[in-house]
Amino acid sequence: MAESLFEMRSLSASYGKDVVLQDVDFRVNESDFIGVIGPNGGGKTTLLKVILGLVKPFKGTLYFNKEILTSNKIGYLPQISTGDINYPVTVKDVVLSGLMINKGLISMMSQADRKKADQVIEELGLAELTGSPLNQLSGGQLQRVFLGRAIIGDPRLLLLDEPGNFVDANFEVDFYDKLKILNKSMAILMVSHDVGTISAHIKTFACVNRYLHYHPSSEITDEQLLAYNCPIQLITHGEVAHTVLKKH
Amino acid sequence: MEESIFQYEFIIRGLLGSTFASITAGLAGTYIVSKRMVFLSGGISHASFGGIGIGYFTGINPVLGAAIFSILSALGVEFLSVKQKIREDSAIGILWAFGMAIGIIFIYLTPGYTPNLMSYLFGSILTVTSADIIALGLMSAILILYFGIFYRTILYISFDEVFARTYSPYVNVFKYITTSLIALTIVLNIRMAGVVLVISLLTIPPNIAMIFTKSYFNIVIWSVVAGFIGTAAGYAISFFAGIPTGATIIFTLVIIWLIAKVSDQIINKAKQENKRDI
Repeated sequence: MAESLFEMRSLSASYGKDVVLQDVDFRVNESDFIGVIGPNGGGKTTLLKVILGLVKPFKGTLYFNKEILTSNKIGYLPQISTGDINYPVTVKDVVLSGLMINKGLISMMSQADRKKADQVIEELGLAELTGSPLNQLSGGQLQRVFLGRAIIGDPRLLLLDEPGNFVDANFEVDFYDKLKILNKSMAILMVSHDVGTISAHIKTFACVNRYLHYHPSSEITDEQLLAYNCPIQLITHGEVAHTVLKKH
Repeated sequence: MEESIFQYEFIIRGLLGSTFASITAGLAGTYIVSKRMVFLSGGISHASFGGIGIGYFTGINPVLGAAIFSILSALGVEFLSVKQKIREDSAIGILWAFGMAIGIIFIYLTPGYTPNLMSYLFGSILTVTSADIIALGLMSAILILYFGIFYRTILYISFDEVFARTYSPYVNVFKYITTSLIALTIVLNIRMAGVVLVISLLTIPPNIAMIFTKSYFNIVIWSVVAGFIGTAAGYAISFFAGIPTGATIIFTLVIIWLIAKVSDQIINKAKQENKRDI
């Protein structure tokens, strides 16, 4: 039995007066690869923010397994819109920023940090772009840069918020292959409204629409979505490996 | 003899003033240009005129009045836009003109002749005192230390605030400190370039630097260099030609920017044609 990384018990969270998550029971174990699906505004991103400590739940508990998952062991790939890609930072600068959580207030980067960044950049196939500003990169390259920032600290839990938004069909396959490799050393929680794309890669899924329903298999069917009151669009792509999607 | 002492003093004052103005403007300017805060900074510099007016009226040092007004207006914009949900550019427009209005009313109410008014609006060599130079020197030291020690922290908060909040509880603290230091930088440089023109002193050098480099650290270095050349040359020209300092400095900086921009485009074109020939 894999060790649990964190567990939510009847957790509720809100934005202002709107209750976005209600009575959520959710447990994530080592080596999980969970797709978090649900409609827009259903609370998917809020779920990630609660885990990151950006949103405080008003009810319930969130228990972290401190032996494995200290706060600097969570990697986060936000939606692309959070950073200004015209900002004068280089690829290496951005990847290095993933180490800030290990730093105190005075945040100098050591030689070892820089070496680690070079290694991550190399692994992600960005070696030639190390010194480039972000606005010279394609969508897929940007996605890899932000993935680099998320994984440089060797997290035990990786949170991905709508990685499909980066839209770069050529890299998509590589990207999910990379995630599969990463999943050997970290649990992955991937938020998406595009079930068709993610269903081929995840192991299990959770449907979030104010309530959270966990489904311990990667097979997503209409009946389940209906039963979970999870009205999402099923977008099928050309080659969906092993998941049959019915009409919606 | 008298003339040579005067010239010596002029050179020293010009060199020190230009050095400190270019250091402070380069550091603060790169931050505001990168973070697209130029309009906000323009608002701060104009709003500070209210403090100058009240300073004249009450007999308090006008620079102190301007410093208080600049920080209050920076925080005021934040308050109006975030807490009161007024559009940020509207909030800036309101405080910008409000500060100017207060300044004009109080200067009008001040009995007697107010000789330095034009120097505050457009900058002047003759009114730059040793105290102003020392204040700019101190500000340079503070900014170098602040940006030097917290370089990555400031850079990353400014680049991606949402992500920074995932690892640091001090995002707001750094934002307020940085904004306050920028407000003070603007006020201290008002003596060089004046309320109306100071914003260009902060924005033109980084834009010259960005023609040649895309990394934040290099932009700071090249802004300081470009700022120094423009400020020192403008200062000298204004002295010998007997024209206002602030305007001459800004004019010189824009000429440098134009030359850099045009030569960069010519070089790029030549490179492309070379490629085609091969």
